[in-house]
Amino acid sequence: MADSIPLRVSRFRPDTDSEPHWQEYDVPLRKEWTVLDGLNHVKNEVDTTLSFRWSCRMGICGSCGMNVDGEPRLTCGTFLSDYEPGPITIEPLSNFPVVRDLVVDLSDFMNKLPRVKPWIIRDDSDRMVEPDVEYLQTPEELDAYKQFSMCINCMLCYSACPVYGLDPDFIGPAAIALAERYDLDSRDRGNRERLDVLIEHDGVWGCTFVGECTRVCPKHVDPASAIQRYKVKAAMETVKAFLLPRGAR
Amino acid sequence: MTPSGGTPTGLRLYRPRVSTLWWTRKRTYFVFVMRELSSIFVAWFVVYLVVLIYAVGQGEAAYRRFLDWASAPWVTVLNVVTLMFVLLHAVTWFKLTPQAMAVRVAGRRVPGFHIIAGQYTGLVVVSGFVLWLVRR
Amino acid sequence: MTKRRIEPLVWLMFSAGGVLAAVFLPSLILLFGLAFPLGWLHPPDHAHLLAVLANPLTFVILLGSFVLMLVHSAHRFRYTLYDGLQIKMKRTVAVLTYGAAILGSVATLGALWVAAQAL
Repeated sequence: MADSIPLRVSRFRPDTDSEPHWQEYDVPLRKEWTVLDGLNHVKNEVDTTLSFRWSCRMGICGSCGMNVDGEPRLTCGTFLSDYEPGPITIEPLSNFPVVRDLVVDLSDFMNKLPRVKPWIIRDDSDRMVEPDVEYLQTPEELDAYKQFSMCINCMLCYSACPVYGLDPDFIGPAAIALAERYDLDSRDRGNRERLDVLIEHDGVWGCTFVGECTRVCPKHVDPASAIQRYKVKAAMETVKAFLLPRGAR
Repeated sequence: MTPSGGTPTGLRLYRPRVSTLWWTRKRTYFVFVMRELSSIFVAWFVVYLVVLIYAVGQGEAAYRRFLDWASAPWVTVLNVVTLMFVLLHAVTWFKLTPQAMAVRVAGRRVPGFHIIAGQYTGLVVVSGFVLWLVRR
Repeated sequence: MTKRRIEPLVWLMFSAGGVLAAVFLPSLILLFGLAFPLGWLHPPDHAHLLAVLANPLTFVILLGSFVLMLVHSAHRFRYTLYDGLQIKMKRTVAVLTYGAAILGSVATLGALWVAAQAL
C-alpha cells in the first residue's frame, strides 16, 4: 500500500466563482481510512476552507453523501484503499444545487417529504383512545414495512435517479418509499391521503423503474420496489374508482 | 454556468446542467436506455405482423410475396436486431417483476427467484404453443 | 374517494403489454421474422394460417395483445423522449405516441377483419 492517495475535490465559492473547479490534495492512505477521514484530514491539516457535511461517521445519520468517482456514496462508508492508486474524484451529490464546495441545497426534498405525510394517520374516532395506550403490532405486521423504514434521508437515491435529474418536479424515490412505509404500517389509516398526492403526475408516474435508487441505497431500502408497488396500488384504486358506484368507494 | 441571482437568504446556488448524453456515462444508465429503446422494436414487429396478417387476408399470392419481401437482407437484419432488443426487454422485465410485487404464500414471502423462473416457464409454454399452433 | 386519473390505467395497459411482448414476441420473431422467410423452417400453408386467423378466439387474442403491446411501446417511448432527449413539449409527445398506438390498433383491427372475411 502506498503512503498517500490524491483526492480531486470539487471547489465552489459562491461569492467569487461562476462555476466549480478542481483542487487536488494528497491524504495519508491508511487501511481503515474512509473518504470522510481523508476530507477531515484536508480540512484539519491542509485547507480549512473546504466545506462538507458529516456527523455520525458510521452510516446512520445520512449527512455525508457525495459523488465519489461519479457514484453517490456515503463518504463515511467508502474506503480510500478501495480506490488505490487514485486520484479519487469527490464532487457534491449530483442533481442538487451546490451551495458551496461539497455542500448541496436539500430544501427541495425538505419541501417534498411533508407532502406524503410520513407519520401515522388515524381516524378522528381514535381520539377516544387513551393517549398512553400503545398501538400493538405483531412481528409479521412489522415485517411488512420494516425495510422501507430504514431510510436515513441521505439523498443518494435522488442523486442516482436520472428522472429526478431531468425533472426536478418528480417527487422522488425516498419520499415515495416513506409513503409506502406508512401505508403498509398496520397502525396507519392514511392511505387515501397519500394516494391523492402520489397519483398526480409528479408523483409515482414519472418513475421509469431505472432501478438506480435501489442500487445505491446504503440501507437496502429498495425504493424502486416501493414505487412499483405503489403504482400497482394506485392503478387498482383507480380501477375501483371507475368501476364501483359512488356509494361503495 | 452562472449562479442564480440569489435566493431569499442570499444563497447563490450553482445548478449543474444534465447533459443530453447523461446515459452514456454509466453502464447501468446505458443498459436502461437500451431497454427503453426496445419499445421501438416492439412497435416495429407489431406493425410487421399486422402487414403479414393483411397479406394472408389478401390471398396465397400476397402471403408468398410477403415472405419474399421479408427475406430481403435489410428486413432480416432489422428482425435480428428486433429479436435482440425484445430479448433484452424480456430478460430485464422478468428480473424486475419480483420488485414490483410482494407475493406472499401462506405468510412467507416468495423469493424473487421463483417469480423469475415462473415467467421464463411462461415464455417457454407460450412459445411452444405458438410453434404448435402454426405448424399443425 | 380516490381521484380518477387516466395515467394509472395507461400504466396498467403498459404493464400488460410488457408481459405480452416478453412472452409472445420472441417466438413470433423467430418464426415469422426469421425462420419462415429465410426458409429455416417450412412456412405454414396459407390455408392453415387463414384458418387460424379467422378463428374468433384468435381474433380476440391477437387484437387485444397487439393493442396492449402498442400501448406499451407508446408509453415507454413517450418517457424515453422526456428523459433521453429532454423534450419538454409533454402534451405533444403524449398525443403523438398514443396517437400512433391508436392508429396501429385500428390497422390491426382492419387487417384481422380482412383475414376473417377472406375465409
